Amino acid sequence: MLNCTPKELKERTGGVINPAKTCQPLGAMYAALGIHGCLPHSHGSQGCCSYHRMHLTRHFREPIMASTSSFTEGASVFGGGANLKTAIKNVFTIYNPEIMAVHTTCLSETIGDDLPTIIRTAEIPEGKVVIHANTPSYQGSHITGFSNMTKGMVNYLAEATTETKKEQVNIIPGFVNPGDMREIKRILKIMGIKTILFPDTSGVVDSPMTGEYAMYPRGGTQLKDLVDTGNSKLTVALGSYASADAANQLERKCQVPAVVLRTPIGVKATDQLLMTLINKFTVDIPVELEEERGQLVDIMTDTHFHFHGKKVAIFGDPDIMLAMTEFVLSLGMKPIHVLTGTPGSGGALGTALGNFEKEIQELLQEAGVPGKVKAGGDLFDLHQWIKNEPVDLLIGNTYGKYIARAEDIPFVRLGFPILDRSVHSYLPVVSYKGAMRLIEMISNALLDRADRDAKDEDFELVM
Amino acid sequence: MQKSVLQDTVFHEREDSIITKGKQKKQLTCDTASVAGCVSQRACVYCGARVVLNPVTDAIHLVHGPIGCASYTWDIRGSLSSGSELYRNSFSTDLKEKDVIFGGEKKLARAIDELVAEYPTKVVFVYATCIVGVIGDDLEAVCKAASAKHQIEVIPVQSSGFAGNKAAGYRAACDALLRLIKPSQKKNKPKASTVNYLGDFNLAGEVWIIKDYLKQIGIELNVAFTGDSHYEALKNATTASLNIIQCAGSMIYLAQRMEELYAIPYMNISFLGLEDTAASLRRIVDSFGDPEMKLCLEELLVRETSKVKPTLDWYRERLQGKKAAIYVGGGFKAISLIKQFREIGIDVVMIGTQTGRQEEYQTINELVDEGTVILDDANPSELEKFMVEKGAHLLVGGVKERPLAYKLGIAFIDHNHDRKHPLSGFVGAVNLAKEVATTLCSPVWQYV
Repeated sequence: MLNCTPKELKERTGGVINPAKTCQPLGAMYAALGIHGCLPHSHGSQGCCSYHRMHLTRHFREPIMASTSSFTEGASVFGGGANLKTAIKNVFTIYNPEIMAVHTTCLSETIGDDLPTIIRTAEIPEGKVVIHANTPSYQGSHITGFSNMTKGMVNYLAEATTETKKEQVNIIPGFVNPGDMREIKRILKIMGIKTILFPDTSGVVDSPMTGEYAMYPRGGTQLKDLVDTGNSKLTVALGSYASADAANQLERKCQVPAVVLRTPIGVKATDQLLMTLINKFTVDIPVELEEERGQLVDIMTDTHFHFHGKKVAIFGDPDIMLAMTEFVLSLGMKPIHVLTGTPGSGGALGTALGNFEKEIQELLQEAGVPGKVKAGGDLFDLHQWIKNEPVDLLIGNTYGKYIARAEDIPFVRLGFPILDRSVHSYLPVVSYKGAMRLIEMISNALLDRADRDAKDEDFELVM
Repeated sequence: MQKSVLQDTVFHEREDSIITKGKQKKQLTCDTASVAGCVSQRACVYCGARVVLNPVTDAIHLVHGPIGCASYTWDIRGSLSSGSELYRNSFSTDLKEKDVIFGGEKKLARAIDELVAEYPTKVVFVYATCIVGVIGDDLEAVCKAASAKHQIEVIPVQSSGFAGNKAAGYRAACDALLRLIKPSQKKNKPKASTVNYLGDFNLAGEVWIIKDYLKQIGIELNVAFTGDSHYEALKNATTASLNIIQCAGSMIYLAQRMEELYAIPYMNISFLGLEDTAASLRRIVDSFGDPEMKLCLEELLVRETSKVKPTLDWYRERLQGKKAAIYVGGGFKAISLIKQFREIGIDVVMIGTQTGRQEEYQTINELVDEGTVILDDANPSELEKFMVEKGAHLLVGGVKERPLAYKLGIAFIDHNHDRKHPLSGFVGAVNLAKEVATTLCSPVWQYV
């Protein structure tokens, strides 16, 4: 019924059919929510703000607060400076956040509003902070926006104030769920390393029910900690697309060495994170984590025959795709289609690092798996690929359900947004624990399908 | 526990947009732009245009702009189709930096060419987003050329986001529809006992319920604007003898224009709740002046009412005395909901809309009890303040309001895009009561 996609491949140059990305401001808004006491502010039409809040609300099932400059025709002709100044005044008078994080939109970028000047000349109450990031919607994707806002935190807030660097690490988690951020903090706590995780949306978009509504929940990176990132001994950026820019900027601004790692999904990427940390800090791998790693490897050996040789298509955000490709390869699966909607390289502002297609191809070649890879693709591409070369499993965000239904393939929901299932944002996919969860999700999907398809005589109790 | 900062304060600029019945004499201010710096629940012109047009099932809905506007509106409205599923795809020109600098017209033309080749269709709607207005793409010219090239209708929708609010988008959508339904040379013959049904988007199949009622009393539903509509049906829109309007906020303009242009009279109706459904059907039948039809209708009313009455009574017993807060998009829905809640024993203690009009607010004011808070374009803090102050047990709203209610331990039902059951007609009245009871009577609130 939703199978409108033709099989025959043709070159397209007129835009996107069924996007695998969304625009920068959404990522910037999400990043800004990861600062404690922060009200994100959308400098554009009120529709933008409304859409981003709606989209984030549907994914997290939490109230998402953000204000807007409410552009009118006048603002579009004469510039949005007056709107932003009024907005800054109103926001601090009424909503009283610690910090206001302004991001631009395609409209305010196109008319050329000069944010630094507007902010410098705005009335900001004593002790309050306004930061900004340029996030033109016509460059990159929501991942670029997340990266730019995170970099904006460094630009405005990080300071090197101590002679010697402190025994602490900055970790930039990338565009992941609060459940992942909690998990990263848990690991670092077990290792006994003082950590500044930023942005940190845990406790903000997964806040507990109390019967009262708090506009600024308890979570989020504290302002003083964001300042203190300049004194850390190391910054670990998890994911080159969402996190590297901020880490590199911190190195330039405050001489904090930056290491860019893969999002820690699966054994290898998690090992890399832990090894990086023990090499830089005088700690050992705690027994607890050793045990978790052992359990994960045990699960992988117990179940490897379910996965081996299964063909899989994966789509989503680039950092997650790189990590997931590596992970499913480690399970013996064949990721023959890997696609992200985010462009492989950024424009003038979206200076995302790396080369998505090349990196994925390297992983595939190393494993001897031929596959298709595309950056800046859409789900029409992916659907066509699957029609021409079918897969046993599809992994991606909620929008994959149309393809999964049309082609009747098992589907595991991963990434952003997930609009039709709940609890996903509370539980991690990162670290050894997260990998266990992923294995459970993937094997449940495959085995439920095997049960569904089995004839009576082949229907098995023990699998 | 941290208290919201707005517990005691309301924006000075917002004072005129909130009234309490019985306390003030002043008239509520509405239909104004939101305050800069406000956490508004409102959307933009494009959003208004998109929600109205998107249910046209066999059209290509092409969004001309950067990717976001298309991403956020991809199949989010539960408008059902009995035919084509084309409208459930998301098409965007995905404008990039170089398009913004050099113009997006060529890319738009290519997009139309490619889409029409992939998906044969008779109509393409091209939506303007914010920056299209600013970079100066001539949408009209590109659409005209594409129309001539492909021999189909390619209709621009002037919906740049900043050029007003959601209501302006409704108007842009109506203008696009007016272009589409304009009859060609040979004039369409008018058909007797035929109505167009305006302002129902077939969420959860609501148009089908009404279509069935009308059919039972001998009235043909010509075409709905725009739930489950398609090109051919819309082309015959001007043959109807009457336009009935459910969502006046989005469609009154179209009805007025159709009366001017094609002499089709219109009437506002509402199929929400037993009282309004019965009254609306009677008014429609009266306008045709056919005694047989009248007989048919009265039979239908008895039949349908007796089917649902016992169930509704059962729910009323359980829901009696509960207090509801309402925050919805348009005024017509707010008005019907007040009456509908009365049918199941629930008092409305707070009511607001995003885009209600002055006359609708007057009706609301007449309907509600003393002390009820009425507000226009509310922000979350105001909603919180008045729900808590008025002791609401239930909030009726849309996607952004849901988690807010839950966080306060207040039950919630969606009367917007995310509704899962039809809420129209007699069966809809039962569904609403059931949804209300499902959330109000859930044991989870005991754990809050």
